Amino acid sequence: MVVWSEQERSIINSIFASLDYDDIGPKALCRCLIVYPWTQRYFGGFGNLYNAEAIQTNPNLAAHGIKVLHGLDRAVKNMDNIKATYAELSVMHSEKLHIDPDNFRLLADCLTIVIAAKMGSAFTPEIQATFQKFLAVVVSALGKQYH
Amino acid sequence: MTSLTAKDKAVVKDFWGRISAKGEDVGRDALSRMVVVYPQTKTYFAHWKDVSPNSPNVRKHGVTVMNGVADAVGKIDDLKGGLLSLSELHAFTLRVDPANFKILSHCILVVMSIMFPNDFTPEVHVAFDKFLASLALALAEKYR
Repeated sequence: MVVWSEQERSIINSIFASLDYDDIGPKALCRCLIVYPWTQRYFGGFGNLYNAEAIQTNPNLAAHGIKVLHGLDRAVKNMDNIKATYAELSVMHSEKLHIDPDNFRLLADCLTIVIAAKMGSAFTPEIQATFQKFLAVVVSALGKQYH
Repeated sequence: MTSLTAKDKAVVKDFWGRISAKGEDVGRDALSRMVVVYPQTKTYFAHWKDVSPNSPNVRKHGVTVMNGVADAVGKIDDLKGGLLSLSELHAFTLRVDPANFKILSHCILVVMSIMFPNDFTPEVHVAFDKFLASLALALAEKYR
């Protein structure tokens, strides 16, 4: 069972309360496709992903980045039961999308780096630790229903 | 997985050229972050009384490590050869589990993103990530 301190809950809620989804979502997803190009395998129908510039100006990708980032909202609202909250999403990612769960970790790392750029020095080591703990729980929950 | 193209090397050298003056700050912050975000890494520093992020030992060690990275940029055309003695040090004396190289690399990337948000573009990110991975591989060369 994941245990959250009051401070950790406050940190996560604060980050998401002031999050610019329309900016951060696309940036995180695009960075993932550029830094880990094999993740492009899941976006065959999205249009031109030929180079970094194409990826960063692809409107389908941007929209999808926003959607994925909003997917984290339910975890923020249900921090004490992320595993159950994402059970159905996990099945979907496995059975329908066939995404290698290792890729969740890659996207989580890119999201961390994009948020770090946005928050600057406010992204203290303690805040980074809490944010990465949160993402690790999400990543684990999303990979739980794979068999 | 980790062969650096000519473009990778050029991007790494260019970015490093622009930020090297802050190299020590990057190192200090990266090491401090590492012991907070990945507390298991503190096991390697049990010989220091103070392993907190603000510990002078931790911060000084960040500078040492980052100077190693700076040195590696200069040896980017032959990391394995250039880092031979460092690899022996890590293999026979320090015996740091290579999984930790990835952890520290991640912390370095986060600090670069914080300190240079506009320069640390996705293109720079991928080149530097590849470079740090190659560096880690060269460091692990003599392990077994």
